[in-house]
Amino acid sequence: MLALLATALLYALHQDFWFWREARPLVFGFLPIGLFYHAAYTIATSGLLWVLVRSHWPAHLEGVARE
Amino acid sequence: MIPAAVIFLYLAAVLAIGLVARRASVRRQDAEDFFLAGRSLGPAVFLLSLFGANMTAFSILGASGHAFANGIVTYGLMASSSALIIPVSLFAVGTRLWALGKRHGFMTPVQMFRDRWECAHIGTVIFAVQAVLLVPYIVIAVIGGGTTLRAVSGGLVPFWLGGAVVSLVVMGYVLFGGMRGTAWVNTFQTILFLSFGAIAVVAIGRGMGGFRQAVESMLASPATAPLLTRERVSPLYFFSYTFIPLSSIAFPHIGIFCLTARRLAHFRKTVVLYPLCMLAIWLPSVFLGVIANRATDIPAVRAKVEARATLAAEGPRLSAERRDQLRAEASGDEVILKLVEGYAPLWLTSLLGAAVMAAVMASDSQILALSTMFTEDVFAFYAAATRARDARQVQTGRLFVVLVTVVAYAVALAAPQSIFDIATQYAFAGYAALSPLLVAALFWKSSTCWGALAATVWTAAAVIAVAVLQTVVPPPATGAAVSILSVAGVDVISRAASGTTVLGLLPVVPMTLGSALLLGVVSLCTPASRPTSATLARYF
Repeated sequence: MLALLATALLYALHQDFWFWREARPLVFGFLPIGLFYHAAYTIATSGLLWVLVRSHWPAHLEGVARE
Repeated sequence: MIPAAVIFLYLAAVLAIGLVARRASVRRQDAEDFFLAGRSLGPAVFLLSLFGANMTAFSILGASGHAFANGIVTYGLMASSSALIIPVSLFAVGTRLWALGKRHGFMTPVQMFRDRWECAHIGTVIFAVQAVLLVPYIVIAVIGGGTTLRAVSGGLVPFWLGGAVVSLVVMGYVLFGGMRGTAWVNTFQTILFLSFGAIAVVAIGRGMGGFRQAVESMLASPATAPLLTRERVSPLYFFSYTFIPLSSIAFPHIGIFCLTARRLAHFRKTVVLYPLCMLAIWLPSVFLGVIANRATDIPAVRAKVEARATLAAEGPRLSAERRDQLRAEASGDEVILKLVEGYAPLWLTSLLGAAVMAAVMASDSQILALSTMFTEDVFAFYAAATRARDARQVQTGRLFVVLVTVVAYAVALAAPQSIFDIATQYAFAGYAALSPLLVAALFWKSSTCWGALAATVWTAAAVIAVAVLQTVVPPPATGAAVSILSVAGVDVISRAASGTTVLGLLPVVPMTLGSALLLGVVSLCTPASRPTSATLARYF
């Protein structure tokens, strides 16, 4: 349930209306904040998936495949 | 002009990979080996080839072209949502497909649907819709190959010859190497994509004298400042795009790729690293596409910027033909090529040549998937009385690879590209609308074959309706929208320059929700058609 909620929360965070009309601050001096947010979001996605893979891995499917 | 020698070296390299793959499988010539690489791909090849199979010509050329015209929104629309939804679908659906494929010997999603819902001909309907939606991608790749070779050779290689060369090379390594050859070539192509992005950013950044100044000058100009925000895109439109990546797992070539892993554990790294691969390819493509708006010292880029400015200033007063002409001139599809040619050293231009060829040749897994589907879902299924032996299935598969390639080449020479551009645009929505089938088959006991049929027919009808609408109603000027269907003063269906919308959403949203709803309602109305408990026990 927690995993589902975390995934749903990350999905909702994709709709970042708070940076919609802003280009500044420019991260590293050249990256608009809206683009930086989504780049960071992509890295956060990888982090969430790492947690999901460690905590909710469907290991029983290995058994299904062998049956 | 990108050195043609590098292009031909690249083509020779991928052909050689196909031949090496054939030698690797010479001891085992069965259908499972040809179509699925013997379900034996290791973790690195599985990740890189699956990722490569998902990347089309759009990833490098189209993404930067879209960003050139629309700004940084391109990354949020197409990359960051895919970075979440595609790995999650691999985690939830792909792993189950792999296990069922390994246990029951499925080689295509339709084989699984037929078994799961105890249906025969309904499976054929699903096959037909999947196949029809896949064909335009293969044709577009032939057209892209011909166009690119003509462009990079400075016109020395005509379109028909370029298309033929690319078709023959792709056909060659798919024919010889089967899935193993395709996976190895995809791995090689993905490594090329991954290396190109970072190197291109550094080289072009140096060539432009740094990005800070370019970004500041874009912010200072009212014409380009909005490209660094998302103010020109509505939040509803942005939200709609999160439905598009649902198409990935429903694409037959991706579903089939899920069956090729040697072990379930190989999905782990793929799921975790997939978003980082997206970041490595899409962030440079999008950023360079946006920043190209300041590269007006390159004549070809300046001409595009001027065409776009004319379109924005005089669009409503211009004829539809003139608007189409200006749109074509302003198109940014080759803008990254122009940036590299303008700012990067020759060796990088050569590397780009290879990366571009890799992008336009991404139809290999689709050709193999279509051949696998024809062989397994139609030929082997309907020739069950004389059950095709493995060797005969492989021969049939190879024959289909040749047939699909020849037909795609002939169609590419005869038909205008615009038709296939529309078809591929809506095929994504079509596959997204087919994704509820997989979810229902794997997670919902009460789903029935009639529910699956209803969702499939709905998808086909919706794709045709939207494609016809898009063709019949010409696009209005940028920023304007034409109401096509209005109810009680509310615009239900509208046509904008960027496409068709339903209540401000992309068609993919009602198509996918409608498909899921129909599948659910029709399944609940047909409980007598639920599979036997013996079948259900194999799945749940």
